[in-house]
Amino acid sequence: MTTLEETSPRPDHASSPRKGLDLATVRQRLQDAQGPQYWRSLEELAGSEGFQEMLHREFPRFAAEWPSEENGNAGNGVSRRGFLELAAASLALAGLTACTSQPAETIVPFVRQPENYIPGHPLYYATAIELAGTALGLLAESHLGRPTKLEGNPEHPASLGATDAVAQASVLSLYDPDRSQTQTYLGKISSWEDLAAEIRASLPALEALAGDGLRILTRTVSSPTLAAQLTALEERFPKARWHQYEPCGDHAARAAARSSFGQPVSTRFDFSRADVVLALDADFLTSGPGAVRYAKDFSKRRRAGLAEDGPQGMNRLYVAESSPSNTGATADHRLALAPSELLRFTAALATELHVSGAQAPGELSQPAREWITAVAADLTAHRGTSVVIPGVYAAPQVHLLAQAINAALGNVGSTVIHSEPSGERDEDQLESIGQLVADMRAGKVDTLLILDGNPAYDAPAEFDFAATMLAQVKTRIHLSLYRDETSEYCQWHIPAAHFLESWSDCRAFDGTASLVQPLIEPLHGGRTAHEVIALFSDITDATAHELVRQYWQDQGLDEARWRQALHDGVIADTAATAITVEVSQAAVSEACSQTATVSGLELCLRPDPSVFDGRFANNAWLQELPKSLTKLTWDNAFLISPATAEEYGLKTEDLVEVRLGERKVVGPVWIMPGQAERAITAHLGYGRTHAGRVGNGAGFDAYALFTTSAVSGGVQLAATGATYPLSSTQQHFAVELQSSEADARHLVRHADYETYQRQPDFAQHMGHHAPGPEESMFPPWEYKGYAWGLAVDLNTCTGCNACVTACQSENNIPVVGKEQVGNGREMHWIRIDRYYQGGLEDPDVHFQPVMCMHCEQAPCEVVCPVAATTHSSEGLNEMTYNRCVGTRYCSNNCPYKVRRFNFLSYTDHDTDLLAMARNPDVTVRSRGVMEKCSYCVQRINHARIEAKKKDRPIRDGEIQTACQQACPADALVFGDINDADSAVSQSKASPLNYALLGDLGTRPRTTYLAKVTNPNPALVRGQPAHDGGHG
Amino acid sequence: MATLEGRAGGKGGGNAEIPFIAPGHTPASVTEAISEVVTQKTPKWWYAGFGVAFLLVNVLLMSITWLLVKGTGVWGNNVPVAWAFPIINFVWWIGIGHAGTLISAILLLLRQDWRTSINRFAEAMTLFAVACAGIYPILHVGRPWLAYWLTPYPNTMGLWPQFRSPLVWDVFAVTTYAIVSALFWYTGLIPDLATLRDRSTNRFAQVVYGFGAMGWRGTAKHWHNYETAYLLLAGLATPLVISVHTVVSFDFSVAQLPGWHATIFPPYFVAGAIFAGFAMVLTLTIPLRSLFNLKDFITDRHLANMAKILLLTGLIVLYGYIMEGFFAWFSGHHDEGFMMWNRITGPYRYQWWALILCNGLIPQLLWLRKVRHTPWMLFLVAMVVNVGMWLERFVIIVTSLTRDFLVSSWGSFSPTIWDWGLFVGTIGLFMALLFLFLRFLPMISIFEMRTMVPEAKLDRSKTAGEPSQGAS
Repeated sequence: MTTLEETSPRPDHASSPRKGLDLATVRQRLQDAQGPQYWRSLEELAGSEGFQEMLHREFPRFAAEWPSEENGNAGNGVSRRGFLELAAASLALAGLTACTSQPAETIVPFVRQPENYIPGHPLYYATAIELAGTALGLLAESHLGRPTKLEGNPEHPASLGATDAVAQASVLSLYDPDRSQTQTYLGKISSWEDLAAEIRASLPALEALAGDGLRILTRTVSSPTLAAQLTALEERFPKARWHQYEPCGDHAARAAARSSFGQPVSTRFDFSRADVVLALDADFLTSGPGAVRYAKDFSKRRRAGLAEDGPQGMNRLYVAESSPSNTGATADHRLALAPSELLRFTAALATELHVSGAQAPGELSQPAREWITAVAADLTAHRGTSVVIPGVYAAPQVHLLAQAINAALGNVGSTVIHSEPSGERDEDQLESIGQLVADMRAGKVDTLLILDGNPAYDAPAEFDFAATMLAQVKTRIHLSLYRDETSEYCQWHIPAAHFLESWSDCRAFDGTASLVQPLIEPLHGGRTAHEVIALFSDITDATAHELVRQYWQDQGLDEARWRQALHDGVIADTAATAITVEVSQAAVSEACSQTATVSGLELCLRPDPSVFDGRFANNAWLQELPKSLTKLTWDNAFLISPATAEEYGLKTEDLVEVRLGERKVVGPVWIMPGQAERAITAHLGYGRTHAGRVGNGAGFDAYALFTTSAVSGGVQLAATGATYPLSSTQQHFAVELQSSEADARHLVRHADYETYQRQPDFAQHMGHHAPGPEESMFPPWEYKGYAWGLAVDLNTCTGCNACVTACQSENNIPVVGKEQVGNGREMHWIRIDRYYQGGLEDPDVHFQPVMCMHCEQAPCEVVCPVAATTHSSEGLNEMTYNRCVGTRYCSNNCPYKVRRFNFLSYTDHDTDLLAMARNPDVTVRSRGVMEKCSYCVQRINHARIEAKKKDRPIRDGEIQTACQQACPADALVFGDINDADSAVSQSKASPLNYALLGDLGTRPRTTYLAKVTNPNPALVRGQPAHDGGHG
Repeated sequence: MATLEGRAGGKGGGNAEIPFIAPGHTPASVTEAISEVVTQKTPKWWYAGFGVAFLLVNVLLMSITWLLVKGTGVWGNNVPVAWAFPIINFVWWIGIGHAGTLISAILLLLRQDWRTSINRFAEAMTLFAVACAGIYPILHVGRPWLAYWLTPYPNTMGLWPQFRSPLVWDVFAVTTYAIVSALFWYTGLIPDLATLRDRSTNRFAQVVYGFGAMGWRGTAKHWHNYETAYLLLAGLATPLVISVHTVVSFDFSVAQLPGWHATIFPPYFVAGAIFAGFAMVLTLTIPLRSLFNLKDFITDRHLANMAKILLLTGLIVLYGYIMEGFFAWFSGHHDEGFMMWNRITGPYRYQWWALILCNGLIPQLLWLRKVRHTPWMLFLVAMVVNVGMWLERFVIIVTSLTRDFLVSSWGSFSPTIWDWGLFVGTIGLFMALLFLFLRFLPMISIFEMRTMVPEAKLDRSKTAGEPSQGAS
């Protein structure tokens, strides 16, 4: 009950110094709005006493706010009358907030149109998204002042024009109706001025104490401006402390750098020069700092190896990992190792490569030993052109040894670059938050300012952060996008501005600084961390823009360069310069000594590939994004190996209790082919309770097992006997049958490099004969103008899902929810099929993006009774939504099953905020209508208009489909196949080019380039990768 | 086959002893016995039966309302199983609707006078089954209010239907069949409506039946026009028996899905439809002739004849199953082979094996004379066939769709309560219409039965082998 008392004092408005929402303004606004009739009743309500009272109070869903003592009904919460008041007023309040959130309507047309403000003509602005302390440069597409789509910034080193799924989906978060919309104090609506006044009033006292008791907790700060502000604050209040805590940050790399180099070092890699890559539990192609850039470089190098006259040959990727990742699926050789085995493996490899200080660890499995010999030989043969990359979430020892190996191989300076850390302050974040909690417990913290983090949810479990904070900290202030778990424990809640509403700056993986500029005024009056920190300085009313501008002014960025930086999205010459560091031999031998065998099952906690550490839990696009390997949506699961499943008699969807020490969590299991035998992987970020309507209740909270302890072994697994339904977009049973059938049908055609060199057109000899146009009785249709086509390169596709979300954003594709996905009704126009090949223990994984094939002889067109799907003169298979009556015959007859049907009214037509996120160039579909990939016909038409205006043909590369534009691996190439010189024609001219199910005579316009892998002959002979056994 | 029946009866030694009408009947007693069903006081069991049917009709209305409110998604359909229960039920009902026209038209043209006592009933059943079937394709589309776009009509959009689609052919086939069946049934009813008009004592009934009888007075001129019209309609209806289910089978065979794309489909579907139709006629006839004391007119010999047709069409259907397997192997195409193997061993194998049992094995009992001549056994076999034919459509539609070309897109299907609601609801509609028919219209053609009594036969004994010049 202390919780209730603490956070729910009686609302006493007479004595309250704070003024609520200005009713006069509200009323005035309502009168001006000339809205529909129902506003009039609201207006009346707004004048009523009950409503005035309600305006001072928080949303009724804030249960702690409900008076429980006053009505003599203690323990039973709110009275009936009170409930009705709350319910009625919340309805009204919802209307009011929606009203205030709308941009002011201008009813008079422009007398003088603002420059470049042309309806139907989007503008692009450079900005950047920051995740876990690293930035990805973006170009935001803005339609009449509202951002609708994000693209990669070609000038940004981390992007080079590509993006990832998270960045693509972030535009939805901007318009999330569940975002916090009001600042509150003790659950009552308050204002920024209230907070400013409160802080200003406390400053003299704080100054007198030299800031004693003031703590600021942030996530990893890469913003130079914010870091400078925080540093200034620490200077002004010497006893105040700034802590950083990022649940899924690069702690291991930093810890390893400190112990091996004796100084903070940030390491980046250059895969464009790497011939041999060894990834140690590193999913470097799809997650972690620089992933987009790494995928770009790696795929470029991969493609170069396929070129007939390519001088370099193909690069080779080895991956040793505990749980299958996208990078593991792309690898030429993959070895499944539990975390402790991986550490021993790394130590043994270091020893094999004569890294000074390395000692051979204890026992190693037979396949691992074979691997070490072969990989060591391969790495040695490519000194200076190889990379050993440790995973962000691998143990610090793995990082340390990997850097030592890189140094020993002479890779440092060529493929491996050490530099000053890109984050603005390097510290051991786990230790830092530990210190904070210890101080809280000791009563040393009076005021805790949490800037955009959710420690109540994601702090290590042993800290019991929320309760400690509640019991020991007097003033708790929280800035966040959502009224989340942490907000519930803080008196002050400040809605944060989304990055598309903010001025800020951030640094990329290589240290390059970017400016973050807003695309829109804060929809809900959100604030940035800059503004909150500024309250503690002399200029309390500074805007974020002024602060960022001032910081860079001080760094010597004059107006011209500032404008240039805003335009380009990067601040020139800010990349971190390489430094030379020495690996400590003592640290290496210490790391090698920490390689004891761990018995029993080992737990790997990883950020979720979609919702990351939980911060995107309320983003429906990400929730419904099928995770690359499992194709699981809306949930996380304990990934266990088939062997473990057999040992414990478990099936996918069985609920188990997982116990680590005294902590336990119940969740469903997922049998994961290729999972290391003794490893259990769980993804963090689920089981949110205050994420919003989308994220609440999805999955289980694996943070309950998340501690600062390095111990991950000795996990106990117990079946509960219950099951829990999981929704995946690809069937998860009969995996072996699926593999053998996919193989027999030659869906993904692939061969090794040797075969490719011997027979470059191997893909043409697989499967049944594919009839061409000459085998028809009818003459082929002649395409006189453009003929659009797409080529998908299976060699480089990493299955990262960026295209899926990009398509969703571009084409207004609705989400359907867990139940509907479970029913096979997901709406994605592009999906990434995943196939296994080989045994369950360690199968090869293939990804195949599938979207509408735009068949020349489209089976769907013939069977539509109302001609709703027809062929265009440029070869597009077009859907006319208005004509579709929804017989679904087209879907039955589509061999590629790319058609998506609106079984129910999936599009939210009622939420105005969500309507703002939609692409105005694409029709929103209603219930009962079929839809599918259109090759982004709106982009084709846009380019056609531009070309016609200038009286020239559309140039190759002028049209990029949304999927192609997002793809970090450049696996998708779109263009005119009538133009022999176009990139797509050249792709299709490759001997690897094949049509999926070409034997059906559909003659698809989308074709695939067969996959060529480059296995090490030394490893293939023994076939250790396929035995998959461990000992 | 049916033609042979009349003569083979003698050789078999059994059938010859059982006439098509019980001995001792005169034209007057025939009229009395059949029209009594309509004119008598409503029996209690009728209320019970109609009550159940009425409840089920309400289930139908609820299912339709919920569907229109929420959308297609209330069913279990998905991608890849975009067609499921509604299409299964549509084909099932359409199949059942085949017996009536076959009995009325083809057996009429083949001069099978034993058809007389079951044709009216079978035709009514056909109409009701087609009505039930017709509900599905309309409700099945995503936007039912626009289903009329499948019909060719001049419109401001300047658009015709897409004539290459079998669904458009379906529209023509099914509506033609419904119209011709209704006309045929109604034309056949006219003389009997006149009889009922004349026998009714209640003014209201007299007016209503009189309206329906269209001024029938039974003059030679009337009989002549009637006979001509009836024969012409029979001629028109005959090709429809073949065409409707052929076109329905095109819905599947035109698509390229393994399990659908097979040339055997038209004959196999037509035989299946007759098979299903006769099974349904038997299912309904056997209890009804007891309830209405009409065993004199629907004799065991009628049942046995229908059993033989059931056996014949059942064998054709079985041949179809065997051929599906053969084609799958003979095509040499991996996907076709997998389709067959998946039917036998895949997730829906129980349905496939049940289908083989219901449609392939159990009907073989009809080789036994004892089974053909024991109504309750026949009833059970017919019930099994009803279930089997539903399973056949389930296997063809659901099993094929769940495992098609791309392994990644394999899916599964499970029906929802609304799938069942609509199915059970149409059964209710069918039953309700049937109960109303039984109560208000003569379920056996009175005037035709009158021609079957021995005196009528004797008169025309010199033209034996060419009976049934109608009832003139």
